[in-house]
Parts: sequence; structure tokens; C-alpha cells
Amino acid sequence: MTRSVWKGPFVDGYMLAKAETSRASGRNEIIKIWSRRSTILPQFVGLTFGVYNGRKFLPVQVNENMVGHKFGEFSPTRSFTGHSADKKAKRG
Amino acid sequence: MARIAGVNIPSNKRVLISLRYIYGIGPTKARDICTTLNIGDDKRVNHLSDDEIGKIRELIDKDFRVEGDLRREVAMNIKRLVDLGCYRGLRHRKGLPVRGQRTHTNARTRKGKAVAIAGKKKVTK
Repeated sequence: MTRSVWKGPFVDGYMLAKAETSRASGRNEIIKIWSRRSTILPQFVGLTFGVYNGRKFLPVQVNENMVGHKFGEFSPTRSFTGHSADKKAKRG
Repeated sequence: MARIAGVNIPSNKRVLISLRYIYGIGPTKARDICTTLNIGDDKRVNHLSDDEIGKIRELIDKDFRVEGDLRREVAMNIKRLVDLGCYRGLRHRKGLPVRGQRTHTNARTRKGKAVAIAGKKKVTK
């Protein structure tokens, strides 16, 4: 089920303020966020966010293609590399 | 034999059925085409006049994206996700289910045929 359009995209309130202050400060530093559920808005394009994956903050450089996705989509929470027997079977 | 939308040659079946041989045209669109052009359910492709075939061709060209164009669009959509590096892109890259299905069992359509694990002990009793 898709979200109703009249509600607008979901973003945690403080995200906008954080993005604003970072842009005002001018320095392109990583903004640490925990809100993986927030939608990436056009205002965020060009900024770098550190999206928490439960262990560390993965840097995500936002570009215009990412608009409409959620922050969590760019910060995988699992790190499965494969089974030991898979090595020769799979292509690599 | 009639050529519609490029390479497709639907046979001597009913128009409603044979239109579905075209990639991108399913039951609904086939029905839409037949109703707008007033082609009966029982009409077979080899009974179509050249004029009617022309009309079908025209309608498909105008209204629907089929075959190569559609395949390209789908491939581009997937490529976008893969290049973006988002979760869905990663799943496409690994050839695993994209929409959160379980992979503990099943998921054979995406993963391909099951491969035996080398060196796994068989249960004997």
C-alpha cells in the first residue's frame, strides 16, 4: 500500500533543521543520523549523511537520483559475505 | 501469419489469445485492443483483413510500450537501482529476492536451481 499523497513524504522533523544548519555552516561534514526511516528530500541533495546501521555510521553522499528513497536503503544492516563452501562454486 | 510489433508472429489462434504472444501485452491489454477495434472474441488471426491488422499495429505503436522498448525500460529501472547502491539494487546484484521474501527456503526462481553443498555429511541411520 502506497502512502497517501496528501500527507507528503515522511521525514523526521529534526532532519530538516540538521540539514539547514549544516548547509549554513558551509563545511561539508558528515551529518550523523539515526533516522533510517526518513525519506530523502530534494533539500538534502549534495549533503553527506552518516546513516547509522546499528553498528556504525555509513557515509551516504546524496545525489538527485536518491530523492524519494529512504536513508536506510543506503546503509545495509547485515554483512553476509557467503558460506565457506560457496567460494569455488560462485563466480566471486 | 501476421507480423505485429516487430518479430512477433502470432499463429492461427484467436486474436485475443495470440496478441498475448507480444511481450508487454497480457489479457487486459489484448481485451482493450479487441474492444476498441471491434474484433469479436471468436475471430482468428488468419481471418483478419490486412486493414484490421494495420489498425492493430497502429494502435499498439501509439498506445503501448512493447517488446524491445519495454524490455529496455525494465532493464534501465533495474540498472538505476543497482547503480544507486540502495538495498534493492544490492538484492538485484546478488540475484536474491528484492521484496523482502524469505530466503531460508524457497526463493528458487531468483536463486536458480539448488546446488548441493560440497562436503556436507549425509544423515545415515
